[in-house]
Amino acid sequence: MNLDFSTLAGAQDFLWQGFKYSLTLTVSSMVFGIFFGTLLAMARMSSIKPLSLAAAGYVNLFRSVPLVLVIFWFYILVPLLTGVDVGAERSAFLTFAIFEAAYYCEIIRAGIQSIPRGQIAAGQAMGFSYGQNMRYVILPQAFRNVVPLLLTQTIVLFQDTSLVYVVGATDLLGAADKVAHRDNTLVEMYMLVALIYFSISFALSQAVKRLHARIAIVR
Amino acid sequence: MSQYQWNWSVVLEQVSGTEEFYYQWLAAGLGWTVATALSAWVLALVVGSLIGILRTVPSKPVAALATAYVEVFRNIPLIVQMFLWFFVLPELVPHNLGIWMKQSMPLPEFTTAVIALGFFTSARVAEQVRTGILALPRGQKNAGLAMGFTLGQTYRYVLLPMAYRIVIPPLTSEFMNIFKNSAVALAIGLTELTFQMRQITGEYAPANPIEVMTVVSALYLLVAFSVNRVMALIERKTRVPGYISGGH
Amino acid sequence: MIQINNVSKWYGEFQVLTDCTTEVKKGEVVVVCGPSGSGKSTLIKTVNALEPFQKGEILVEGVSVGDPKTNLPKLRSRVGMVFQHFELFPHLSITDNLIIAQMKVLGRGRDEAMDKGLKLLDRVGLKAHAHKFPGQLSGGQQQRVAIARALAMDPIVMLFDEPTSALDPEMVNEVLDVMVELAQEGMTMMCVTHEMGFARKVASRVIFMDRGQIVEDCSKDDFFGHLDARSERARQFLSKILQH
Repeated sequence: MNLDFSTLAGAQDFLWQGFKYSLTLTVSSMVFGIFFGTLLAMARMSSIKPLSLAAAGYVNLFRSVPLVLVIFWFYILVPLLTGVDVGAERSAFLTFAIFEAAYYCEIIRAGIQSIPRGQIAAGQAMGFSYGQNMRYVILPQAFRNVVPLLLTQTIVLFQDTSLVYVVGATDLLGAADKVAHRDNTLVEMYMLVALIYFSISFALSQAVKRLHARIAIVR
Repeated sequence: MSQYQWNWSVVLEQVSGTEEFYYQWLAAGLGWTVATALSAWVLALVVGSLIGILRTVPSKPVAALATAYVEVFRNIPLIVQMFLWFFVLPELVPHNLGIWMKQSMPLPEFTTAVIALGFFTSARVAEQVRTGILALPRGQKNAGLAMGFTLGQTYRYVLLPMAYRIVIPPLTSEFMNIFKNSAVALAIGLTELTFQMRQITGEYAPANPIEVMTVVSALYLLVAFSVNRVMALIERKTRVPGYISGGH
Repeated sequence: MIQINNVSKWYGEFQVLTDCTTEVKKGEVVVVCGPSGSGKSTLIKTVNALEPFQKGEILVEGVSVGDPKTNLPKLRSRVGMVFQHFELFPHLSITDNLIIAQMKVLGRGRDEAMDKGLKLLDRVGLKAHAHKFPGQLSGGQQQRVAIARALAMDPIVMLFDEPTSALDPEMVNEVLDVMVELAQEGMTMMCVTHEMGFARKVASRVIFMDRGQIVEDCSKDDFFGHLDARSERARQFLSKILQH
């Protein structure tokens, strides 16, 4: 078995492009996922029955089906509904934002539920409206409690972006795969990709662990 | 969208040019999904429990090794792990074994999917088992040892029976994940449910993807629901009177 | 100032308040006592609608608390409340705890709010701790900050829900001192507390509750001075907590 990394130099830029796409997709899905996830969590905990039922349905639906399946959904549906062929790369942004929102929602909901009832009552007693109480009292504490969980979910998300491979998008894995097939270097390329994903995910998860320990001491 | 021709009976139609029907494809796909998930789950439970236990034993090197195992399998995307098992491993093993893996291993996609998914999930199971053991009061282990149990017996009779009960809820969610994650195996050509959906919507019935996708999604929901019920039943059957839930 | 008329409340089948009627006049200090589970905390929380009730009526300066049309945040901003477990906001500094509602609810400017907050903090003797976070203060200190926080809203009445029962014994007095001072300045107060020394000193009236009902509602002098005229349950309760 001889490993041949000589073709790597020529493929560098292409791989870098793919890697940048993976990162962009991760960050954008995290930002929109947390934003929509927060709204969903508030909707799920709302006392307005139809609203909370709709939010629960959304969350349970997306948490029950494979991400790969959802990637196909949007890959096929978006052009069908809009009539525009947006392509695999761009439809993935929508897919991941919508899909991840369901997962972030549950984390944020757990965070909100971890706030003692007395805090909520104290905010109300000060005269805060529902929105003000959320904004100034509940959410800041809820987020603080679940920052490690949100970050861990983001590491999972980073790894999951590799699934856009199935619709032919050129993320890190997609780029490596294309290079691998062109140069016939499957072994080298897949090992390289595994190493890159491992290094980043491992480093991030260690950082989260340290952060978690720090937060645990402060409380 | 306005010209979309709805046809909900598309899954009942015959595949043109063959003796087969689309629903048969979907049924076969569901069969592979379930078979893959269940086989991988057995592997994940066995290996995961072992690694999880090793992470809690009072031996630094053993625990460190087990930790390294978990980190490796947790920090590489599942699809990449599938490719490593399927494309890379045969090239790294001794030549003859590699040839066998590539040419005569029975059900190569299924076998690889089970192994990849099983080991991937085992790292997660190991984490849950470890958490379960650590959630037990410290005194439990000492009580076991004080009664003259060996360390092995203490795990077997004192720690694990409680730890497993504690981790049933998180294991339920891992069990559901394994069904969902089995869809990733379509990347190495396993003809599971999502693979069949892609097959049907992509080449044979491009006009009716929404119906097919809806049916397939409903099948996954059905699987998730069933798994949830089964695990709830197990949780009820194994409940210890007077013990509410883990960690306290 | 506060009128409570025939208020009843149920948790499902279980009745926690039964036909409670009383009032708190301007400048009065009303102490509510009773065994645990008697409904006293529930009653005081119905006054600012933290606990809903199913029957009866509560008026705060003529505004009906139970009316769905009532602007609850506005009503609550005029009613100060101090909780058993302080409930300072742990993610905000002491200063921010003091000013946030002034700014966001009353619309005061930062300088004005800060000025007011620090003055009150000084008054409860904690000016030096302004920059700290709640977790860095003792229970007694936190409760004094909580009182200052409520006062910063210029409330027309203050509600105290067992303000000293979560405190270590040596910290009870520093909180009671602040409350006594407040009472002597003429603040209208409704206090759920077991501190009978406090009641003797400043209460205008004492309400005794048991099993969701108001059993006694009389002047301090009647309550403590004519024990023989009190109900059996009230006497039993008093003998238990005054034993030592």
